[in-house]
Amino acid sequence: MAVLAPPAMRRSGPPGRSRAPRRRRSWTGWAFIGPFMAVFAFVFLAPIAYAVYLSFFRTKLIGGTSFVGAQNYRDVLTDPQFWSSFGRVALFLCVQVPIMLFLALLVALAIDSGRLYGKSFFRVAVFMPYAVPAVVATLMWGFMYGPQFGLVGSLNEKFGWSLPNPLGPDWLLASIGNIVTWEFVGYNMLIFYSALQVIPRTLYEAADLDGAGQLRIIRSIKLPGIRGALLIATIFSIIGSFQLFSEPAILKSLAPNVITTYYTPNFYAYSLSFAGQQFNYSAAVAIVMALLTAVVAYAVQLRGMRKERQS
Amino acid sequence: MTTARTRKRSTLLTALTAIMLVYSLVPLAWLFINATKSQASLFDSFGLWFSGDFALFTNIRDTLTYDDGVFVRWLLNTLLYVVLGAGGATALATLGGYALAKFDFLGKRAVFAMVIGAVAVPTTALAVPTFLMFSKLGLTNTPWAVIIPSLISPFGLYLMWTFAAEAIPFELIEAARVDGAGELRTFLRICVPLLTPGIVTVSLFTMVATWNNYFLPLIMLKDPDWYPLTLGLNSWNDQAATSGGQAVFNLVITGSLLTILPLLAAFLLLQRYWQSGLAAGGVKD
Repeated sequence: MAVLAPPAMRRSGPPGRSRAPRRRRSWTGWAFIGPFMAVFAFVFLAPIAYAVYLSFFRTKLIGGTSFVGAQNYRDVLTDPQFWSSFGRVALFLCVQVPIMLFLALLVALAIDSGRLYGKSFFRVAVFMPYAVPAVVATLMWGFMYGPQFGLVGSLNEKFGWSLPNPLGPDWLLASIGNIVTWEFVGYNMLIFYSALQVIPRTLYEAADLDGAGQLRIIRSIKLPGIRGALLIATIFSIIGSFQLFSEPAILKSLAPNVITTYYTPNFYAYSLSFAGQQFNYSAAVAIVMALLTAVVAYAVQLRGMRKERQS
Repeated sequence: MTTARTRKRSTLLTALTAIMLVYSLVPLAWLFINATKSQASLFDSFGLWFSGDFALFTNIRDTLTYDDGVFVRWLLNTLLYVVLGAGGATALATLGGYALAKFDFLGKRAVFAMVIGAVAVPTTALAVPTFLMFSKLGLTNTPWAVIIPSLISPFGLYLMWTFAAEAIPFELIEAARVDGAGELRTFLRICVPLLTPGIVTVSLFTMVATWNNYFLPLIMLKDPDWYPLTLGLNSWNDQAATSGGQAVFNLVITGSLLTILPLLAAFLLLQRYWQSGLAAGGVKD
């Protein structure tokens, strides 16, 4: 889910409109991009087309595979398990993403302010969890949460606290949110920090001369200056949340009764395919989810761009 | 970086930011501390301090030799997937990014639109159809099923494109052409050296993506002999929950530590490259 997409597009110019008029249109470019596009067609375009194709059929024990038109889609849209999983990731998204991005922004601003002791240590250390595989992160946090030799248990025992069970039904989603935040806060921090670094320092000096305080500089110069980065981080966090899979799948062995086979949409699609052999229905679930993700990401992008134009 | 008057450092701000530092590092400390404990003392000691004998080296030995050294096999598999998958992804992204930045060709807009669109498609949505396709082609349960999908990194392509646009002046390419150098030679001899920070950045990020991949191998591979580390560790962890399975939590923890060390080391050693690569090629507005 590592992507820092478009804003630089404006800088390097829209594709096709070359800055250097000398450049001839030729096939040489294809020699360089050809290999990428060939593999891309095989692992992206073909599966998408195949998923769409599959989603229009249904296999029955008796009668084999037959074309059912949009029936799978109608079923998905009225499937309470699908909507339950969708509601869960939507809730996750509305709570976890803002918290994570806010923390990432705070750390990026703190490091960028130049007022920290040991700022490069901070930058690298907070980023480090990104290099930890989701599997290891989940196992690790799972152990810390867990009943067997968890920290929560030891803390309760040691200090007589009564912290709730992080793997219980009330807290599990928050516990997953914590794992995801831990994994990606440093990555987002780094995106914000890189964007902050590009803002011309002379702007701060000018604002300083005008008597603007630090908070004012943050609000009027820094935040507008990294709007593009904020937008992209938001969009990719949204996509990431909708794709939630590894963390619940791995925690399932610790909380088998809380994590259902339809805990998240992806987990649902996975269970349908690999436990239920319902490949056609699973393809429809995946496509509906991809479309919903695209709609939400697009809406956020439009909103972000409208704000940009207003300011 | 800062203005001529060096800004005053603030203890308060450092202390506040240190909370995030603690949050980021405590789980890693927990992992290290508990990798030094035997299975027995894992259960009866406080998680954030050492206890019992210092069993780290015993644990490492046990991890590497358990079940006929299957961990080493998983490590080698992971390396294979990383070298071919991430290495190939970096090569394809570098070539493609260079083409997008420095050539004008028919269909360039379409290429751009497709790749950006592809980023928004959840990779897991692709997984089921990819699995079905690959199983028809007889590729599932082979290393290719993991390597081939890893070859595409839209993020890498994007990063190399922006990086190449800035790092390579058109004049240089023109000059090489005038001197009669072929396109490939120009690229390899002149452009690749200029692209090095971008290439290191993209390799690191594709390496993390491949090393950490869980979902793709999970659906593609049945045979534990082809598992990467992530899948293997999880299977050890699940073992405790199966009836008759032996609980090997100390090995899961030590194995996790061994799994993350190479990546942490790579990021620490190559900081200079990836930080400059990300800053130059990454997010600008």
